[in-house]
Amino acid sequence: MKKVLARKKGKKGKSRRSTNSMASLQSRKGPTKQRKKPRLALVSDMSLNESLFSEPEMNSTRQGLGDALVALGDLNKNLVVLTADLATSTNVSAFAKTHPERFYNVGIAEQNMLGIAAGMAFSGKVPFATTFGVFATGRAWDQLRTTICYAKANVKVAATHCGVTVGEDGATHQSLSDLAVTRSIPHLTILSPCDYNQTKKAVFAAAEIKGPVYLRLGRTKTPLVTTSETPFKIGGAQVLCEGGDAAIIATGEMVYEALMAAQRLALRRIKATVINIHTIKPIDEDAIKKAALTGLIITAEDHHIKGGLGSAVAEVLADWPGKKKPLQVMVGVEDVFGTSGPAEELMKSFHITSEDIYNAVLKEKRG
Amino acid sequence: MERHDISELKEDAKLIRADIIRMVEASGSGHPGGSLSSADIMATLFFNEMRHDPKNPEWPDRDRFILSKGHCTPVLYATLARAGYIPKEEIYTFRKLKSRLQGHPGKEELPLLEASTGSLGQGLSVSVGMALAAKLDKRPISVYCLMGDGEQQEGMVWEAAMSASHFKLDNLCAIVDVNKMQLSGTTEQVMNIEPLAKKYKAFGWRVIRVNGHRIKSLLWAFRFFKWCRGWNKPVVILADTIKGKGVGFMEGRVEWHGQAPNKQEALLALKDILGDTGG
Repeated sequence: MKKVLARKKGKKGKSRRSTNSMASLQSRKGPTKQRKKPRLALVSDMSLNESLFSEPEMNSTRQGLGDALVALGDLNKNLVVLTADLATSTNVSAFAKTHPERFYNVGIAEQNMLGIAAGMAFSGKVPFATTFGVFATGRAWDQLRTTICYAKANVKVAATHCGVTVGEDGATHQSLSDLAVTRSIPHLTILSPCDYNQTKKAVFAAAEIKGPVYLRLGRTKTPLVTTSETPFKIGGAQVLCEGGDAAIIATGEMVYEALMAAQRLALRRIKATVINIHTIKPIDEDAIKKAALTGLIITAEDHHIKGGLGSAVAEVLADWPGKKKPLQVMVGVEDVFGTSGPAEELMKSFHITSEDIYNAVLKEKRG
Repeated sequence: MERHDISELKEDAKLIRADIIRMVEASGSGHPGGSLSSADIMATLFFNEMRHDPKNPEWPDRDRFILSKGHCTPVLYATLARAGYIPKEEIYTFRKLKSRLQGHPGKEELPLLEASTGSLGQGLSVSVGMALAAKLDKRPISVYCLMGDGEQQEGMVWEAAMSASHFKLDNLCAIVDVNKMQLSGTTEQVMNIEPLAKKYKAFGWRVIRVNGHRIKSLLWAFRFFKWCRGWNKPVVILADTIKGKGVGFMEGRVEWHGQAPNKQEALLALKDILGDTGG
């Protein structure tokens, strides 16, 4: 059995070229000039946002959760929504107004919330238990594991405030280990949509399948990558653009960063594939193995390098049968806690911007 | 299910106790102490109090039972076997490879169970969820949750207790098997949980304390629960019991919390339970 040559990304030097990253988008004030058309050929089947490379609209995945639940509440009479007194933060307060009889605030008690959600699921309800990622997967991990997943309870745990992009609240509230601790629980489906539109689709898809689902969502507004036309299927990775030189495999808001990096690489005649892993588990092994044929894989996530998407990809490639071992570079948060600060500055500080992805590819390709 | 009378319930409890011993002896491991202390409660629940149908375990209007003290699977499986949910011989597969009768209740293996429990303190929350769902669907069902007294040391129990009264769940009945012992000693020595009645009262529950081995008292306690319907408060029955009840050498002995009897001890225990003629 051959091992994938995996290496953690070290600190990279500053690039001379400025980048169209989420960080720079957020700090922008007022309208800016239309940028040059990218050489990047997006996969047309994906119907991505047309203004992706110019001035994409911004919205948060937590807003996607809130909007989707309101819509879903009308369609699915068994849908119930629970919060551990974070309704305004997880954006489920709209549901509380439209469907008050199916909304439960259990107080600041996440463990109890997941237990209650399991009991409701056993009685035929489709509960969405919402809180922050750190509480859903840290404080209430045993409830998630034993009471929900072991029994295959049809509970959807929708966790917002994942990643350092939580911003000013700091390390206690920035969920950077949630993928690591949920990936090891059997029966659990893990979704990590890349933007507002995809979150809405993920919420609908999660309600449709039977069994426990963990939804990883963020707090800040991020650029819209997908549209309502973009297909979504649990378990199927999305190839957003194709290139034979490298493959950037990203999840969550890092998908936008990956596309921006690919665009800049294209200007330097490096053609990169960009893959959106919106389903962390079950992960699309075929798509990853196909991407590995490029010989260089960059994983990008707003999560600890240890145990997250990068690890999941490395697990897939661990028994690579081919002669040419693909090289994997992991862009993600190093083995440290988060900290307070504006989201865009934190992304830079923790080296999880498009620039870091760009540099990682460039270093391997140009040495 | 047809309701058994007091003498029949006594017989049920006796046979459940015998099966607990047989099951634990056959597996060579398990928790006889807390199972034996709950036998009268379980018999009263399953053969008199609860509305359920062993021929139709998925009946939506069945009453729900959650064994929050999940390590006491022997009393649960023995009761389920006696009620006809599982074949009687199956109890001898308890804790063995590929058995549906897991060491702690596993809904994946045995879907007719209402929940998977064993990590203590979680069953009451699940029961709250079921009681809430029943209210939402306007189903006339009751939810029963059996906890241990040592289990009351888990903080989550009190999160659930708080929410049950907040949500006015008068369709929820918690039963605490107060056998006053846990793995390493008496609850008083390990971490005192008393005064339990005052605690539950302060959390907004209606509390009734009875002798957990006296069928008549248990029946009365469950009648009290039904009578409290419409008063918007959950009910907790604090059932005072003796750990290892029914087997002389196990009664009040903490070492029988999680230890299986050998063949000889099992024979002795069965003699205690069934009398000289049994076995």
